[in-house]
Amino acid sequence: MQPNGAVLEARAVNAWRGDRHILRDVSFVLRAGEFMKITGPNGVGKTTLIRLVVGLLPGESGSVLWNGAPVGKVRDDFNTALGYLGHPNSLKADLSGRENLKFLAGLRQSLNATDIDDALDRVGILSRGDIPARSLSAGQKRRLALARLLLAEADLWVMDEPATNLDAAGVNLVEDLIREHVAKGGLVLAAAHQRLLDDASILRRLELN
Amino acid sequence: MARQALGKAAMLVFQRDLTLAWRRWDEVTQPLIFYVVVTTLFPLATTPDLSQLRVISGGVIWVAALLSSLLALESLFRTDVEDGTMEQWVLSGQPLGWLLLSKVASHWMLTGLPLVVISPIVGTALGLPYEAWGTLIVSLLLGTATLSLLGGIGAALTVGVRRGSVLLSLLVLPLAMPLLIFGARAVTMRMDGDSPAGPLQLLAAIFFLALSLGPLAMSAAIRISVES
Amino acid sequence: MWTWFHKLASPPHAYRILGRLAPWFGWPALVLILTAAYWGLVRAPTDYQQGDAFRILYVHAPAAWMSMFIYVSMAIAAGVGLIWRIKLAHAAAAASAPIGASFTFLALATGSIWGKPMWGTWWVWDARLTSELILFFLYLGYMALRASFDDPQRADRASAVLAIVGVINVPIIHYSVEWWSTLHQPASVTKFDKPSIALPMLIPLFIMIAGYQFYYGWALCRRLRGEILSRERKATWLDKDS
Repeated sequence: MQPNGAVLEARAVNAWRGDRHILRDVSFVLRAGEFMKITGPNGVGKTTLIRLVVGLLPGESGSVLWNGAPVGKVRDDFNTALGYLGHPNSLKADLSGRENLKFLAGLRQSLNATDIDDALDRVGILSRGDIPARSLSAGQKRRLALARLLLAEADLWVMDEPATNLDAAGVNLVEDLIREHVAKGGLVLAAAHQRLLDDASILRRLELN
Repeated sequence: MARQALGKAAMLVFQRDLTLAWRRWDEVTQPLIFYVVVTTLFPLATTPDLSQLRVISGGVIWVAALLSSLLALESLFRTDVEDGTMEQWVLSGQPLGWLLLSKVASHWMLTGLPLVVISPIVGTALGLPYEAWGTLIVSLLLGTATLSLLGGIGAALTVGVRRGSVLLSLLVLPLAMPLLIFGARAVTMRMDGDSPAGPLQLLAAIFFLALSLGPLAMSAAIRISVES
Repeated sequence: MWTWFHKLASPPHAYRILGRLAPWFGWPALVLILTAAYWGLVRAPTDYQQGDAFRILYVHAPAAWMSMFIYVSMAIAAGVGLIWRIKLAHAAAAASAPIGASFTFLALATGSIWGKPMWGTWWVWDARLTSELILFFLYLGYMALRASFDDPQRADRASAVLAIVGVINVPIIHYSVEWWSTLHQPASVTKFDKPSIALPMLIPLFIMIAGYQFYYGWALCRRLRGEILSRERKATWLDKDS
């Protein structure tokens, strides 16, 4: 992972949901080594902003820039550098944890068994790696999704409510992962309405209302 | 860790779908059973006389194959879009068209190919002579494969829609009519002793067109469908 | 230059311009259609082979032409909207669909009316009629897909993909239906072939096509204004305009 110069920028982003003008002229700059937390009440548009930044929602006006270039022009580079953890865990219920990682994270990176085991271990579910995902608890499923994020080898992490369904230990895990990623020069953008590294010096807030 | 190669990624998609199908194999057999049941309807509705059934056998098999394939295609993308896997594919950094093509290929192998394999048996039950088996198989191979591509586009467009299966049929059937015309006719021509080369070549041409443009249309449709 | 174009595509502008344009389409349409109708239905000489029934050709053939023309226009508008993200183009495609479907229905109905005195049945599986029927299904599918989405932007984009796939298919469908219908009657003439056409008979045909084109322009202006209204209903510029 290289980028000490990586920059994610949003300029005057607007979005509508049907008739509602949900995001008005939202702007921010996120640099390598920074963690930005998007806060705001339910329904204010945190998920909309996240999905727009990531490219799943088409933007109506304003622009999102990756390393100075509009994301639309450098889509491949951007996707390669992006690790996205959305609301859903993106897991197949019939596959085991290991298989889920192999077939999804494995699309981005060439993985061997050790890589997968290491990731499972880091998030604390190594012992549950071979049971079908449907038999995991909600918290374990979220941890599995975090393992997938780890394996993405991405500079930019964009997360939507990463600590959903996690207990206190799980929330600590998320905070640790974010801290480590940022320390290595990564960028983290997360929407969260609960406490997440709220006291840390690396935290920057983007309040939507 | 190095970036995954496209070929390997496509193989992983293919493998994943086979693995998933293996664990829910009852879902895979349903379209096949539907196919046989539908073909049975025609003798019941018309006549038990094989010499009369023979005349429409090519058409009946093709219509039944068309309807069964459409039934199977309806859920092609649904679970992946609903559980969030598809959005990860869109963001994977791999060309989406190739991943979707791999998925359609595995789907065809599990639903289209079995139809083709049992079609001579079904055909015989409708009076189709042995000489026409070759043409039947070739035409259905091309036809079901093309239909998987066309249906894939329709399935991608209708993924979030309530009662999407009817809409899917409404969208895909008119587009599939040329396939039906050429495919069924090829079989009937062969039965009458004529060479089916003409319609078979046209079927092949349509297949290659669908193969080159289909993944593009599917990607566009999928991107629209994962928005919500 | 692009700013001019973008200005044109802006809803309040477009709404005003379309309102002013409509009568320029409407009146010529009325005149041309009535002229063609009178000329073709009343004054043209009775055809030697088909008697008076062939007069319906003057309504049928231009309608069939329009049904194809509008489908292609719709697909082009949808494509422009999809590629260049121009909402007005999407609105134009949405507005065109029911007009095109109506022309298709008109072509089918008049084709059927023509066929009854000629061939004794209300329907024949003739190549052109069958192609029109399939085109009708394509229109219905397009409109059904549009209607199945709550979000108008997704409806726009999804139906644009469908329209483009459809328009690529149309030549294939035409060719396959032609091929299919000639298999059973290798030697005979296509049933709806135009009778040996002399110039005096052709002119009303072209006038009718021109009339229908102007009608399309007029209907499109009106429907497009309606589309703009429904898409922009929360916008503030509507309060200022009448």
